[in-house]
Amino acid sequence: MAKKLMKGNEAIGEAAIAAGAINYFAYPITPQSEVAEYLCWRLPEVGGVFVQAESEVAVGNMLFGAAASGCRVFTTSSSPGISLMQESISYMAGAHLPVVLVNIMRGGPGLGGILPAQSDYFQSVKGGGHGDYRIIVLAPSSVQEAVDLVILAFDLADKYLTPVMLIGDGMIGQMMESVEFPAKYAKPATPEGKDWALTGAKGRASRIAKSLFLDPAKLEINSFKLADKYKEIQKSETRCELYKVSDDNKVLITAYGTMARICQTAIDELEEEGISAGLFRPVTLFPYSEKELYAESTKKNIKAVLTVEMSVGQMVEDVQRILKGKRRIEFYGRTGGIVPTPNEVKDKVREILKIKKTK
Amino acid sequence: MAEITTIFKRPQSLSDNVTHYCPGCTHGIIHRLVAESLDELGVRERSVGVAPVGCSVLIYNYFNVDFLEAPHGRAPALATGFKRVRPDMIVFTYQGDGDLASIGTNEIIHAANRGEKFTTIFVNNAIYGMTGGQMAPTTMPGQKSTTTPGGRDVNLAGYPLRVAEMLATLRTPSFIARTTVYDPIHTVQAKKLIKKAFRLQIEGKCFSLVEVLSTCPTNWGLSPEAAAKWVKSDMMPYYPLGVFKDPEREEA
Amino acid sequence: MPGVKIDKNYCKGCELCVKACPMQILKMSKEINLKGYFFAQLVEPTRCIGCRICAITCPDVAIEVNTHGTQFVLFEY
Repeated sequence: MAKKLMKGNEAIGEAAIAAGAINYFAYPITPQSEVAEYLCWRLPEVGGVFVQAESEVAVGNMLFGAAASGCRVFTTSSSPGISLMQESISYMAGAHLPVVLVNIMRGGPGLGGILPAQSDYFQSVKGGGHGDYRIIVLAPSSVQEAVDLVILAFDLADKYLTPVMLIGDGMIGQMMESVEFPAKYAKPATPEGKDWALTGAKGRASRIAKSLFLDPAKLEINSFKLADKYKEIQKSETRCELYKVSDDNKVLITAYGTMARICQTAIDELEEEGISAGLFRPVTLFPYSEKELYAESTKKNIKAVLTVEMSVGQMVEDVQRILKGKRRIEFYGRTGGIVPTPNEVKDKVREILKIKKTK
Repeated sequence: MAEITTIFKRPQSLSDNVTHYCPGCTHGIIHRLVAESLDELGVRERSVGVAPVGCSVLIYNYFNVDFLEAPHGRAPALATGFKRVRPDMIVFTYQGDGDLASIGTNEIIHAANRGEKFTTIFVNNAIYGMTGGQMAPTTMPGQKSTTTPGGRDVNLAGYPLRVAEMLATLRTPSFIARTTVYDPIHTVQAKKLIKKAFRLQIEGKCFSLVEVLSTCPTNWGLSPEAAAKWVKSDMMPYYPLGVFKDPEREEA
Repeated sequence: MPGVKIDKNYCKGCELCVKACPMQILKMSKEINLKGYFFAQLVEPTRCIGCRICAITCPDVAIEVNTHGTQFVLFEY
């Protein structure tokens, strides 16, 4: 298929269709309403289901109902809307159901702002709803990567019977980049072969999609079943990328999403000044590539690890936890919708290395 | 000797489990009416129920039907999601007054307004049963509950919600009825309405809701017989029985 | 000739069938079932008319109604 110039939001919608997911329930919220505006005419073209629900609370619960059918379902929303879906995410995780959610993050907390931010790391990675569960969290840094990760998200959700969330930020949603979709689209997913799908109790005992276990022994079993699932996911599904990582690096920068791209530019410009820095970019925020981060950070040449986020410091807490005090950790963040510039990142690197800025 | 025929027995859609409901609780009757309707319409094998949070949270243990367990109040949203993706299946929600008329009012109004083609059985017993007898939006003025020990004060809590009438004001076609099962005569009528609601779904016609005035002997502090009488004396004057909306009536 | 079969282990002793029976031939037992409830019993089987009102009333579906020979169906159910 040829490359197309597409807005991130629309590309995400098209990517779901490419993955055989044609059932979409959503509520408008800036900065991702364009997904619904695109899918409302695109989904009928492929015989899909489009519902604009009355609230994100309803969206989360419609996903819950539809997910139990064995067909692929998804939604897109932004930070305040994702807050409203926490109830149903907790229920779907407890009921072992696959679902894909996309959070096009905006400034928070509260009504916050409509410009990009990365302040939902805690909400998605540490679990925003109640109970012992996690969700797989993927962080694209370009529109093409968003397309690829949406398709991966559905496969992971079906493989592990768990909610998977893609977190982009307003920039990923709004910017236009060239994207390529798979040459062959997957056929719309069906309940076939899924022994957990509700298909009607014909010739078999009834199936129940539930998370209630009043017997504490049974509830413990369910929670441990989930914990084992996450251990398996942690073992097999971590993904990360390194950029210009070498033994000359003095600083290792960690960043995700579009923030990582800005850091790449900073790294390129620092290289011209003779300062060597590398980038560790996690693609999966849960499960986190902890081994790789630890290995790269504790190399002898690394003087400090600089975490750059569009928040007041969320992923940096995981970096601190993973490095166990073995390296100096610094943080730089802007938030409220303000996006750090490459110059700000460069200034911070020079500050860490006590290098005066020339010119 | 002539052959023995059974003229009343446990419907196939009902499992053999003994229910956990209190003696005289009308949930048992309403469950049976739903099961009889599914059996007689021949749709058990392609039905999915959505369980609420309330005394009937374990309804899935009593039916031989696939079930979804919804968060409190959200059953109409789950039913919407499932029915939209599987319109060939028969979907019903079974909800109490806390579930439907309190936390879930948004979900039921919008599902009814969009005309989602599932059936809701709304069990109205004017109290919160499972959590031990607190006031419900449907609790009668002056009725004692654990959170209104002096009786419901309309100056603080307003008047009870009449869900059937409220939903009947929506423009979108639907089947909205209120019935009761406090005595066998009304139970026979209730079954007709519940069966009609399911029939309309099978025909792909509209959203349907049947509100059933029910008893809660335990939390009302009455014997099953006295509780049945209380429905007639105290609930029926405020919650009139009837069919408030019927697409077949409008067509005629 | 109709008759009812009451499965005593479903019965929770709510007594609604006793009140509902138009022939007044159901009474509560003096023994208790496995759960400790007094259960309903058919005390005059020959006077049963097979109206099914007891079974329709029972919230626990404890009652099965059988008949043989001619049976008047008093109402549709």
